[in-house]
Amino acid sequence: MQSPKTTGLRRAGLAIGALALAVLPAMAQAEWKPTRNIEFIVPAGTGGGADQMARMIQGVVEKNNLIDKSIVVINKSGGAGAEGFLDVKGSAGDPHKIIITLSNLFTTPLATGVPFSWEDLTPVAMLALDEFVLWVNASEPSNTAQEYVEAAKKAGEGAYKMAGTGSKQEDQIITAGIEQSTGAKFTYVPFKGGGDVATQLVGGHVNSTVNNPIEAVAHWRSGALKPLCVFDKEPMKYTDKLTETMAWSDIPTCRSAGIEMDYLMLRGIFTTPGATQEQVDFYVDLFQKVRETPEWKDFMAKGAFNTTFMSGDEFKTWLQETNTRHKDLMSKAGFLAQ
Amino acid sequence: MDALFSLIQGFGVLADPANILYMMIGVLLGVLIGVLPGLGGANGVAILLPLTFSMSPTSAIIMLSCIYWGALFGGAVTSILFNIPGEPWSVATTFDGHPMALQGRAGEALTAAFTASFFGALLAVILITFFAPLVANFALRFGPPEFFAVQLLTFASFVGLDRSSPFKTLASMMIGFALAAVGIDIVTGQLRLTFGSHELLRGFDFLVAVIGLFGVGEILLSMETGLAFKGASARISPTVVLQTWAKLPQYWATALRGCVIGCWMGIKPGGATPASFMSYGIAKRLSKNGHKFGTGELEGVVAPEAAAHAAGTTALLPMLTLGIPGSPTAAVMLGGLLIWGLQPGPLLFIEQKEFVWGLIASMYLGNLAGLIVVLTTVPLFAAILRIPFSIIAPIIIAICAVGAYTVHNALLDVSIMLLFGVVGYVFKKLSYPLAPLVLALVLGDLAETSFRQSMLISDGSLRIFWSNWLVGGICTLAVILAIWPLISIGLGRWRRGRLAAAAD
Repeated sequence: MQSPKTTGLRRAGLAIGALALAVLPAMAQAEWKPTRNIEFIVPAGTGGGADQMARMIQGVVEKNNLIDKSIVVINKSGGAGAEGFLDVKGSAGDPHKIIITLSNLFTTPLATGVPFSWEDLTPVAMLALDEFVLWVNASEPSNTAQEYVEAAKKAGEGAYKMAGTGSKQEDQIITAGIEQSTGAKFTYVPFKGGGDVATQLVGGHVNSTVNNPIEAVAHWRSGALKPLCVFDKEPMKYTDKLTETMAWSDIPTCRSAGIEMDYLMLRGIFTTPGATQEQVDFYVDLFQKVRETPEWKDFMAKGAFNTTFMSGDEFKTWLQETNTRHKDLMSKAGFLAQ
Repeated sequence: MDALFSLIQGFGVLADPANILYMMIGVLLGVLIGVLPGLGGANGVAILLPLTFSMSPTSAIIMLSCIYWGALFGGAVTSILFNIPGEPWSVATTFDGHPMALQGRAGEALTAAFTASFFGALLAVILITFFAPLVANFALRFGPPEFFAVQLLTFASFVGLDRSSPFKTLASMMIGFALAAVGIDIVTGQLRLTFGSHELLRGFDFLVAVIGLFGVGEILLSMETGLAFKGASARISPTVVLQTWAKLPQYWATALRGCVIGCWMGIKPGGATPASFMSYGIAKRLSKNGHKFGTGELEGVVAPEAAAHAAGTTALLPMLTLGIPGSPTAAVMLGGLLIWGLQPGPLLFIEQKEFVWGLIASMYLGNLAGLIVVLTTVPLFAAILRIPFSIIAPIIIAICAVGAYTVHNALLDVSIMLLFGVVGYVFKKLSYPLAPLVLALVLGDLAETSFRQSMLISDGSLRIFWSNWLVGGICTLAVILAIWPLISIGLGRWRRGRLAAAAD
């Protein structure tokens, strides 16, 4: 899909940074520029995490005049995002179309059997990774993930309710991971959006959630929710105190509490099948510039994102591994389409 | 009176001429968006969101919320004139608004709709100003069983409203439920009724259906009856606003009821569309002119409009205080808050006083500005009916098609809209009611999802619907409303029996 000859050079360029890319010989940086407006597909509804990020990017690009043309955000949320992915898959040869992904890039085809995979699209770059945190209501007596899991076990199978976004998607996969690792059994209750999920926990209608930081941070700061652990291999990096005593970095990892599960959600960019290397390079360069803006950095800090950036072969390898991992996790949990 | 001081400070924020300008631009754009079917408030706000990046967050939210107020007002225009709901929440306005237009009373209907809207908004804003924290806490009491109870109540308030045969109502409602089930099922994550078609993945959108059923269906009917709009001959005078205002005070109770329903539904969980249906249904039951509803009653326009605008306004409250959107438009604005670097949630009222109170103050002024804008255009809008049918009908069809396309950027939706147009025509010819279909389509999957969530939580026990006073109260009320037609028949028989006995 990608011509290998420029990859090494591009990798080196990336390492030096966007500035270096700009001064590389014109031969290697064969120019491609959009000749009309770019369609930015969001495979989710308006107002969700992916939508916010897409509109944020649109605004940053517009405000800083990063390209001559405009970016137009279009939501195609049908069939758990399948509508959006199929649209990009079917637009081969039209480089004026990009898509932002959620985990549904992996989960939707596996859970519903709709025929698409990440390999049908041309990968551009990983922008960031979204963290997941185990949240409970502030009135919950347990103060650590271990205590909470023990309490859930003691209460009996399915007595504790875990709310999450959608069915057979990331939140339920994490819940299944907790169950497999600890032997506790939760009743998983699916809701439409992350905001709803957090509110249900604040209202005491469920026992816990695995909300993304940005979905629950306001309730944490107001004292309604408390975080128990983060589903990452190491604690988050943000050290600014958000409550009297805690910063994001003070939340222990779930592994340290004996829950053998970590999960990060891809916020990545893909374009249409058959895009040339020049076109991919254009977008990689554009998103490098977006990542340099103060607005983007502020947004990352607010949502406590993991700001890993990848493109090229490194990104493809990551995608390959992550897809295999989803297959594995979902087949263990019995979520694969029959 | 902390709130009052803060509000005065809020008005201080608005004193900036730039903010007043943004407010007016917002209202005008909003009315336009509201008038065009398909292009809803959520779309309009989403399209303009990136433009607000260079403004201060306060100016930005003022402009975006004013677009929203404008859209809430504007939705009624095409509902009344052409039987095409400009926005989902103005479907119920067509029931009496359009018959009024056919009788040559379009100006009257428009004035009533706008005035009721404003009244609803005003009460809702007062509620937000003085009781925001209380109201936010109330919203937290709603879990899945409470959601289902409210949806049940909406259905129940609509059962038995149509004069047509109950079986036709039932058939219409079932078609609506079936259509609502198409697409992804949130509870199992599986696709339903898509028959392997990728186009059906997105399901049947309520808006596309409504534009077809009402708009295209109406045009087909007009073509059959003689290529002209009835009511075109009506004399339109600028004083129609004042004349209507003289009539409105007698409907204060209906308007107030609409506001209460609207405020409640806006906070949680329904939003403006179910609120307008519920308000119409309850007004029809409680009004002494209830039997005339659907034939062009002013009261039938007041009820849904007051509720819709009240709900649309209070929908912003959970967004600000809890970070959960009460409506699709609020969801887009919520994204805006995050992008501008504000964290919606319980602390917003403390940390961002200027922003919050500037927004609340703009709710007062924005709605007032909206009312003035739309009222001055009443004679203008009413005059549209005088344009010959042969000119206006193709324009309407074109606008409908664009509207249907805009909802999901899908070409197939235009065909689906036309198909729904034929369905609407056939329904009218066979005197099947459309309202139950529309209601089932908009609430069907919401009600189903909250029912199944409740069943998951209770492990299959129906007792969860009577597990506390809130959910139990709403459910009991819904059951009483649902069987009310039977009770009233029974009561009637009993009274007649007693009369007969007394006569003996």
